[in-house]
Amino acid sequence: MSLALALQSGDVASLPSRRDEAWRYTDLRAALRAIPAASPKDEAALLAGPFAALETVETIIITNGFGPDRLSLASGEHRTVCLRFIASEAASAHHGTLTLTVAEGGSLTLLESHEGFGYDYVSDIAISLKIGSGATVDRIVILKDSAEAISVVTATVDLGANATLNQTVLTTGAKRQRFETHVSHPGQGASVRLDGVYLLGDARHSDQTTVVTHKGEGGTTNQLTKGGVRDSARAVFQGKITVERGADQTDARMGHHALILSERAEIDAKPELEIYADDVSCAHGNTVGALDAEALFYIRSRGVPLIEARALLISAFVAEVTDRISHDGARQVAQDWLLACGMGAS
Amino acid sequence: MLSVTNLHVEVDGTPILKGLSLDVPAGEVHAIMGPNGAGKSTLSYTLAGREGYEVTQGLASLNGDDLFALEANERAAKGLFLSFQYPLEIPGVPSLTFIRTALNAQRKARGEDEIGAPAFLKLAREQAASLKIDFDMLKRPLNVGFSGGEKKRMEIFQMAMLLPKFLILDETDSGLDIDALRIVSEGVNALRSPERGMLVITHYQRLLDYIKPDQVHVLAGGKIVASGGPELALELEETGYDRFSQAAA
Repeated sequence: MSLALALQSGDVASLPSRRDEAWRYTDLRAALRAIPAASPKDEAALLAGPFAALETVETIIITNGFGPDRLSLASGEHRTVCLRFIASEAASAHHGTLTLTVAEGGSLTLLESHEGFGYDYVSDIAISLKIGSGATVDRIVILKDSAEAISVVTATVDLGANATLNQTVLTTGAKRQRFETHVSHPGQGASVRLDGVYLLGDARHSDQTTVVTHKGEGGTTNQLTKGGVRDSARAVFQGKITVERGADQTDARMGHHALILSERAEIDAKPELEIYADDVSCAHGNTVGALDAEALFYIRSRGVPLIEARALLISAFVAEVTDRISHDGARQVAQDWLLACGMGAS
Repeated sequence: MLSVTNLHVEVDGTPILKGLSLDVPAGEVHAIMGPNGAGKSTLSYTLAGREGYEVTQGLASLNGDDLFALEANERAAKGLFLSFQYPLEIPGVPSLTFIRTALNAQRKARGEDEIGAPAFLKLAREQAASLKIDFDMLKRPLNVGFSGGEKKRMEIFQMAMLLPKFLILDETDSGLDIDALRIVSEGVNALRSPERGMLVITHYQRLLDYIKPDQVHVLAGGKIVASGGPELALELEETGYDRFSQAAA
């Protein structure tokens, strides 16, 4: 069951639904009655993307699944690339694939966005990312889908020895949205950071799912996801870390902390640690709470109106995640994104 | 300036203030003293507009503006400032960012221009120096990891930056050692002016050695049961609150 399969066959029965354990909180079957027509090839002029302020020299645009299908960095090559996935057409569906390869010792800063210019599109993007030994990928993703969109992004990451993946995903959700990251972790000094922020309002939904499999000795994984939901929005966090037999000296940490800002909003969190090795250090923490009423009063008593006071507390709450972005420009974009989300309103 | 008339307040359905009346003219400092549970903090929270404090009867106004018709932030913009007994920690928000946000929100509410960054920083440096606050501390998240004394100094710093018209100091002396008490009191005294009023709420007379009041009121059983000059505070220190508690009961 997958969206890709359903788009290929045109059969909604192939869509994952709540009966599939991995899709329990992101029921695509219930959200889509029929598979829409294929999105047209489109090279229309575009509005500026979320990373436009950085004036990156190199930009790759994939519209409705049409565009380049691979990007390769040679051994020792360093590049910063703006990667824009655009969905431009309402009532249409598309599937796109991209293969990224960073050879040994190379480094890629990927400023990735998924932008909805259409209304109720269906988008399925599959990314394959191969990070060679000693190579580094910093991936900062902004999901800017339309409120009525169904959008699935699945990345499969193959990590080499001593390689590094630093990922931060920022999202405001969609009708149904899933951002999935699978990492095959070799241990051997390789390091993975998988972070996320969600700020959801209205009836939006977003699902951040990660699956990390530690296959060898001495690897680290560090995850921090934070978010807030208001109105009748729904956020899903599913984080799974598997430490296979023999993957000793694995250090894995997972944190998910969220704010529920209204009574009808919902958060579903499913952290999973499966450990088959003996000598490991693994921990996870998961909290869901409300804004501190006393802190809110304190801020208001200094003259700050309620909406701004809430926004201040919410952005302060999630800023711990965006502070971890090492690329200065991208961190600034992420901080501006936080403020622009205007999550204080209710 | 501040005028409170026949104020009745309930918290969770329990009457706490039962007909409190008080007038503090501009230029004066009034102290409110009273035993634990008399309603001292309820009075300060109610005047500042905290949720959960239900006014069932009575009026409060600042310079003629009906406080109970205004949100907490609107009261601040009108010039009311409550210095908290336990200032809150706000992780993730640098102190300077917080104060500048507050100052500009107040200015905006009053129809004034926002203060620019250079002017704000210059002012902040001057005030920090006079309150012996390390400027680097102002870049740290508000009150996070600050000692009790540092938090109180930060409250006074906020006053000095926001320049409110009326100050309510809620148990400002609690948790302060003698040196901190002196610094905080000097900060408060520097803000005394013919245009500004102050209400100093305290359990102990000690604070009033440093911040000399024009009037002292005794709050017991939810209302003012005695008023007098500074000598009343000294008298209380000797005789205690017992006779007032009995009178109020």
